[in-house]
Amino acid sequence: MSDVLAVAEHRRGDLRDVSFELVTAGRDLADAAGGDLHVAVIGGDVDGFAEELNREGVDTIHTISEGEEFNHDVYTQTVEALFDELAPELLLLPNTVNGLDYAPAVANSLSLPLVTDAIDVEYGDELAVTREMYGSKVETVVEVDADRVALTIRPGEWPPAESTGDAEISQFDVSIDESAVRSTVTGFQEVGGGDVDITDADVLVSVGRGIEEEENIALVEALADTLGATLSSSRPIVDNGWLPKNRQVGQSGKVVTPDIYIAIGISGAVQHVAGMKGADTIVAINTDASAPIYDLADYGVVDDLFDVVPALIEAFGGEPPAL
Amino acid sequence: MKVLVAVAEVADVEDEFEIDGLAIDEQYLNYDLNEWDDYAVEAGVQLQEAGDDVEVVSVTIGPERADETIRMALAKGVDRAVRVWDENLEATEYLDSETKADVLAAVVEDEQPDLVLTGVQSDDTAFGATGVSLAEEVGFEWAAVVNDLEYEPGSDTASVHRELEGGVEEFTDVELPAVLTIQTGINEPRYASLRGIRQAQSKEIAPKTLDELGLDASVTDSAVSLTELYEPETESDATLFEGSPDEEADQLAELLRDEGVEA
Ligand SMILES: Cc1cc2nc3c(=O)[nH]c(=O)nc-3n(C[C@H](O)[C@H](O)[C@H](O)COP(=O)(O)OP(=O)(O)OC[C@H]3O[C@@H](n4cnc5c(N)ncnc54)[C@H](O)[C@@H]3O)c2cc1C
Repeated sequence: MSDVLAVAEHRRGDLRDVSFELVTAGRDLADAAGGDLHVAVIGGDVDGFAEELNREGVDTIHTISEGEEFNHDVYTQTVEALFDELAPELLLLPNTVNGLDYAPAVANSLSLPLVTDAIDVEYGDELAVTREMYGSKVETVVEVDADRVALTIRPGEWPPAESTGDAEISQFDVSIDESAVRSTVTGFQEVGGGDVDITDADVLVSVGRGIEEEENIALVEALADTLGATLSSSRPIVDNGWLPKNRQVGQSGKVVTPDIYIAIGISGAVQHVAGMKGADTIVAINTDASAPIYDLADYGVVDDLFDVVPALIEAFGGEPPAL
Repeated sequence: MKVLVAVAEVADVEDEFEIDGLAIDEQYLNYDLNEWDDYAVEAGVQLQEAGDDVEVVSVTIGPERADETIRMALAKGVDRAVRVWDENLEATEYLDSETKADVLAAVVEDEQPDLVLTGVQSDDTAFGATGVSLAEEVGFEWAAVVNDLEYEPGSDTASVHRELEGGVEEFTDVELPAVLTIQTGINEPRYASLRGIRQAQSKEIAPKTLDELGLDASVTDSAVSLTELYEPETESDATLFEGSPDEEADQLAELLRDEGVEA
């Protein structure tokens, strides 16, 4: 039998969306491999989570009551124990910050080849995994020649499993070796706040690394002022300290859904896109016609922002700053 | 104490490029220090400046060309470096994270560091797995995606913030020895000073082969192989404005007005 074991993710009382995407991906693979789909949920309100995870296609849900929140030492030991018990062919984990905090350890410890950040998977003679390289400029297929494989899947690539299923729910007991728990989560903090809330804005003028220098931020600031828009940015701008953290759009920043999102000198890396793909109208200004932002954009200007943005300010009757 | 910083030289692809078989043609690639590793180097150098007796050593897996990149880390204050390469690695088509972790583990055995810093991911392959695989391999504790580090050299615990999704940070205490994967924004990487660049010339970059690290060539055996590399079909159905920048800006302005933007 070629079973699949997927491990759900939750945080602060809620299952994360990727958990239901794992069910979809897991079911597809289990079908192709001719096996069962097992889903595990570790820690927190496992019974409540199990009820929610009981979607069509899940054969068994394993609940493991260990702790409230994610602790990678506990997750690592638990997943290893469950893997030993079930001996699945495929271990599916989320390619999230926490997924990447334990998937490589589990894979290494179980001597499983690991492929991370899968955007597509085909199960044939060998498992063929599609992933991106060079900042989404190319796609690759890697094949895994092994009986058992660990895989992390990119959030947002598989539709979430919706309808209710009739999975068996089974409690799994694991005895945690406390001496091997050498990290302690001591708390959480919400970052952000500050002067503006970019999630409220109808129009966002968003600036990325294409702006090159801190002084040049004045140019996009002037555009935002002229348009009555709010200024946001990709991560490098915040990392450089050119704009405060509450302006960052993306996976680790804010998720925004404005009417109009103008991405200026932003390539459209997956972690950025995670924060803005819900905008109604997306406009990109980028010299690179093959930048991934154009896969998402409704309108584009493939040209130098230092020529286009001043002209746009003028077209609205404003005056571009001297740089 | 000793801090080992694993750094990688990564390739950036030019806007226009051509693919040659399973690789991008060399002429379209520009090599540089991996963005995330630059922050890891800075974190290491800051620890060295904060403690009396802290040595920072960099390790990389890469060909001789990578010396140029390692010199950048040395110019920023890293004390010395180790570069692992030989004909077996050269002949390996696909260096997966398991192989990298095994090689780095041998260097950890050699160097016996208290703390290992790596970047969260490499800009080119974006596997995001080497640091945590390495930790498991050598039995160190770890933390992934660290964007704040409080550590007194000599102490046996580090307090870190891990950056989760959606603007949430997790606070975690990690026992040493540990591997931390460093996220961008944790600090402000310094530029190499002229003096640093000069000093870097006389610092050691020790080349090592797998054999010298006590590793068998079979360490490069991998179940994972690259079978295709292609430019994804563009999914773009964007309307592109054309003409001079002024003309483009006028068309864009018209669109924005239609969408209700009023200056
Ligand atoms: C765990 C994790 C979390 C992350 N979270 C986030 C997040 O929340 N938000 C986020 O944004 N990123 C995040 N990132 C980083 C992300 O991977 C990218 O590094 C980042 O989004 C790149 O920003 P950018 O597009 O501004 O820069 P680049 O990718 O460097 O793109 C710059 C673009 O500007 C264009 N350009 C250059 N010059 C000009 C010019 N003169 N005129 C016009 N265009 C020009 C270039 O063609 C290029 O496309 C995260 C990464 C990780 C690993």
